[in-house]
Amino acid sequence: MAEPARKDVAEKSIPVDIGLDEGAARLTPEKIEKVINTVLAGETGARLKVYVDTCVHCGLCSEACHYYLSHDKEPRWSPVGKVKQTMWEMLKNKGKVSPDFIKKASEIASTECNLCRRCAQFCPMGIDIAYIMTMVRRICHKLGVTPQYIQDTAHSHSATMNQMWVKEDEWVDALLWQEEEAREEIPTLRIPLEKEGADFMYSIIGPEPKFRAQLIYQAAVIFNVAGLNWTMPATTGWDNSDMAMFTGDFEIMGRIKRDHFEAAKRLKVKKIVMGECGHAYRSIYDVGNRWLGWKMPPIPVIHSAQFFAELLKEGKIKVAKKFNEPVTIQDPCNIVRGMGLQEDIRYVVKAFCKEIVEMQPNRDHNYCCCAGGGVINCGPPWKMKRMEGNRVKAEQLQATGVNTVISPCHNCHGGIEDIIKHYKLNMHLKFLGDIIYANMEKPAAA
Amino acid sequence: MHGLYNFVRGPLAWAAFIIFIGGSLYRIISMLRLAKEKDIIVFEYASLYYALRSIIHWLVPFANINSRQRPVFTIVTFVFHICLLAVPIFLLAHVILWDESFNVSWWSLPEGVADLMTLLVLACCVYFGWRRVTQPEAKFVTSASDFVILTFVALPFITGFLAYHQWLGYKFWLILHILSGEIWLAMIPFTRLVHMLFFPFSRGYMGSEFGAVRHVRDY
Repeated sequence: MAEPARKDVAEKSIPVDIGLDEGAARLTPEKIEKVINTVLAGETGARLKVYVDTCVHCGLCSEACHYYLSHDKEPRWSPVGKVKQTMWEMLKNKGKVSPDFIKKASEIASTECNLCRRCAQFCPMGIDIAYIMTMVRRICHKLGVTPQYIQDTAHSHSATMNQMWVKEDEWVDALLWQEEEAREEIPTLRIPLEKEGADFMYSIIGPEPKFRAQLIYQAAVIFNVAGLNWTMPATTGWDNSDMAMFTGDFEIMGRIKRDHFEAAKRLKVKKIVMGECGHAYRSIYDVGNRWLGWKMPPIPVIHSAQFFAELLKEGKIKVAKKFNEPVTIQDPCNIVRGMGLQEDIRYVVKAFCKEIVEMQPNRDHNYCCCAGGGVINCGPPWKMKRMEGNRVKAEQLQATGVNTVISPCHNCHGGIEDIIKHYKLNMHLKFLGDIIYANMEKPAAA
Repeated sequence: MHGLYNFVRGPLAWAAFIIFIGGSLYRIISMLRLAKEKDIIVFEYASLYYALRSIIHWLVPFANINSRQRPVFTIVTFVFHICLLAVPIFLLAHVILWDESFNVSWWSLPEGVADLMTLLVLACCVYFGWRRVTQPEAKFVTSASDFVILTFVALPFITGFLAYHQWLGYKFWLILHILSGEIWLAMIPFTRLVHMLFFPFSRGYMGSEFGAVRHVRDY
């Protein structure tokens, strides 16, 4: 007779991640102490000091966090609870912590915090907890203790300048393939490669040519119907995504951001329009540019949500029919809390859909999808943490009673698709591009 | 006893004020210098308008999402901080002291009101202490130092209350009151009470980032 399955193990299996396990196995106490103190002394300053000295241990940030709320308000999941388990200990012990501690700290910072910055809206003192968590990730990166899957994407950035190991010929081939497909629908359609002096460069994330190629197709249709003068680079620099930002590998982050800006400068475009991705916007507009010394990006960067709203307002794209079901909107942290694009998103959705049923809370107070901040990129070992960590999102989705969620962010899509499956919600997701492509005025098919 | 009184009332009071003012200046100046050296972006992105927008939304009760979600805590914390600052500054006995010592004078609270406000401060301290012991989100991040600080904040009010009512040992309570008040002042720059000094900076910086860069609310 088979041994009965151990209930505790079956229900709460401990994830195995060689990025953390083997990374921590290589550490010595001396190395840990040296790296922590070097990073703290060299890379942090008044902000970290003020944040640590000013925190009055009130716990008022707790209610901001979807992990905390989803774990029945267990305090170890609160934002300050996570700071206590990581940065406070490093500071208190002046860097004298064990390899096991670093492994746990990396797990907390990388898989239990989406850097969504909602807690910054709840802390009375204005403490930037996402910044503190980023510095924990930075220390763990310098110690070589980062979850394997996201480390692999950082390696890909480093070797190929894109997130998905896409080779240069594969990239161009993917675009030509989508152009050919789209010409079945619009015979004059082009995806203009390397067109110097175009109005804008369209940049996307690595996963689009890899497994969401229809998004390139749709964008090409929208831009062609609108009669826009646009281009995409045939070289590296096409990928605007940035997992290195989330592993704390700022050197790689700087390299790929520079490559991206340089591609646009080389093509002499007026601006960059980027696809429906949240974290890439954060990287280009908020984080990567600063690392390179640009207070604001060296070339204007427009997110699709904003760009589509502009096209609609200018009458360049027109509504042919309205999507006939009620929809809800998942506001992505990085373009809403990170850029205030909530009304642009709604402008487009209102134009193309009959009815919006808002989630509660919504707009800049919306809960994170629990995939962002690199958490989904930490891969299958940590998937259940995302599911358990965002029960509130499932409740929030269910309360709307609709079947369609619109979100202009790849991470939100990945995260919320998983939540929908896990909590057995009868819902599906759409990008703004999906809804525009399907419902806009287009020349009759050939 | 009289010698001790003169000591706490004279040299020690000077010392407390010098430590408080000097320490506060030291903390703020050294923080700004460090920021200039290591966090230049704080100055680069600083926006007076958005800093004030943020500070105002956090200094007005129920003007931010957090205070709306926790009405009891919001009321307690506002009552606490208002009384905590108003009583020492506007207490009649303190105003008289300033008048006697430096010939400066200002409006003072009616004595009954000040007495009530003192009790409110103490009630709030009890609430904060209770919260740290019973509420998991606060308990988890509470350390011994939090109770020490809370005790030293409450002490001047306890002793002041006892001295004012002159029930027993007036002089004893008065000396203890002055002493604890001096300790409290001197603690501000060097403990987590420093949030009184740093609040406008951390709040203002976050307000600038959220408002001027990210075009969104931080409240």
